[in-house]
Amino acid sequence: MGGSLRFIPFLLLGLALITAPFVLSGWVLFLLTVAGAKALAVLGVVLLLRAKLLTFGHALYYAAGAYAAGLGVKYLGLHNGFALIGLAFVAGLGVSALLGLLVIRYRGVYFALLNLAFSMVLYGILLKFYSVTGGTDGLAFPAPTFGLIGLSEASLRAQLYELTLFLGSLLFYLTYRFFASPAGYVLFAIRDNEVRVAYMGISVNAAVYLGYIIAGGLAGVAGVLVGLSVGHITPDLAFWSQSGEFVFVAILGGVGSVFAPVVGSILFEFVRNYAFELSPYTWQMTLGAALLLIIFFLPGGVWSLVGLARTRSGP
Amino acid sequence: MSVLLETVGLTRFFGAVCALEELNLCIHEGDMVGIIGSNGSGKTTFLNLVTGYLKPARGCILLAGRDITLLSPRQITRLGVARSFQIPQLYLNLTVMENLLLALAARSGRVGLWARLHRQNWMREGQEILKQFNLDRYGEQRVAELPEGARKLLDIALAVALQPRLLLMDEPTAGVSTQDKFAVMDTLVSTLRGSSITTVFVEHDMDVVRRYSRRALVFDQGRVIADGEPSAVLTDAGVKRAVLGHA
Repeated sequence: MGGSLRFIPFLLLGLALITAPFVLSGWVLFLLTVAGAKALAVLGVVLLLRAKLLTFGHALYYAAGAYAAGLGVKYLGLHNGFALIGLAFVAGLGVSALLGLLVIRYRGVYFALLNLAFSMVLYGILLKFYSVTGGTDGLAFPAPTFGLIGLSEASLRAQLYELTLFLGSLLFYLTYRFFASPAGYVLFAIRDNEVRVAYMGISVNAAVYLGYIIAGGLAGVAGVLVGLSVGHITPDLAFWSQSGEFVFVAILGGVGSVFAPVVGSILFEFVRNYAFELSPYTWQMTLGAALLLIIFFLPGGVWSLVGLARTRSGP
Repeated sequence: MSVLLETVGLTRFFGAVCALEELNLCIHEGDMVGIIGSNGSGKTTFLNLVTGYLKPARGCILLAGRDITLLSPRQITRLGVARSFQIPQLYLNLTVMENLLLALAARSGRVGLWARLHRQNWMREGQEILKQFNLDRYGEQRVAELPEGARKLLDIALAVALQPRLLLMDEPTAGVSTQDKFAVMDTLVSTLRGSSITTVFVEHDMDVVRRYSRRALVFDQGRVIADGEPSAVLTDAGVKRAVLGHA
């Protein structure tokens, strides 16, 4: 295919995504919005997996972002969507920058469990500080405004979908650039050989720290986008099972591309919802079976099918 | 020639074993030094101490007059000391070119977040280095798929790409077949000859040291027992006994 023609499938996909609210039902649109938002948190998990760092506590930053925005609404009276997203991003970055100072010294199971421990500490705080966080009741998000434009309740779903689409696309593009940069490749290098990284004069800890806070910032934005879409947040956002879900989706999608978390996340949300509809009491079994199939037959995740298709279609 | 590397009373123990004892040594700028000795004589310990992988029990290491004894490997590398390893230390899941590009990015100090790793000027330079090391046919291959000899050369190429002042090579011909080892050393020496890199290499093979070094150091039980012009040093009966086990 010629150089300019190569972009046609992307343009068509972009057009289809932008015009989706005119075609799809509100429920499907909602699922796509939540999946797209969560894909940002999964992207952070994938980013860390590139350096062979598995975290079972990434929901910490997801909840930190959502609650920073929720508290912004409650105590500062913020209703501007951009301000709330900015606040969540800063919270994700800030908390990960702080905890990262400790966490980046560890590897393997210690890294995974230390993250899990911190996320459960936050879960406990969110649960027990009822007067501030609302405890199990959580916090409510009113419909946000964007500049002078207020979102009407009727079109809220569609507009939040578009917001998630544009913001998500921007963040995915920035992460794509990061993956292709020297700093992005250093994470790959760390996975293979930390000794050589140090003997190139590159700081392993600084590279891991950078990756860690980027992942934290992405999760923070994911948290507020889900909060805005659902209209309500609870401490469950920080619970270990949420972190497990991010890891699940990362494995489901694969780590080969920045697009893999999006594919994995959309697939996960739809499989979960339809599995729940078909079998309300055993839907987890359906998800478990799906993961087993992926591990046995597609160890590189669903995204590896794209690589297989490219290989089969030849040069 | 000015002194580039100096060790003063360098001592290192592993438990009760003294791996290096009161080592006083000077390496001059532009030198090509071969270190030889039997297993456990302290050769690799010396390299590991100079590059910060190990810390000495006593003594100090000076690089161009600056004390680097307690610096980390990363800091020492940034001061211009690069090394290769007995077992090549590479990024197995990246391509040969990507390994080199990372070395070039590290050397430039621009390990940035935005500009691509695969930029034109680094690709050109990487291609040149691969040619010098006869690795250009492997450029796009994953390192995990390379033969052992090529991995060995790439390990050294990564160190050379950093344009160090001092290059330390740990057994550059280990794992390379007997027929290929002189070809490997010829490639290395021809590449290094055109540069101003001071080189120290550790070897088991007396022929390699005799042929390629301008100065030979013989280690035995953590001490230097001979130091001088290779052809003179390596014909000494005491040296042969220490290295080969017989005169």
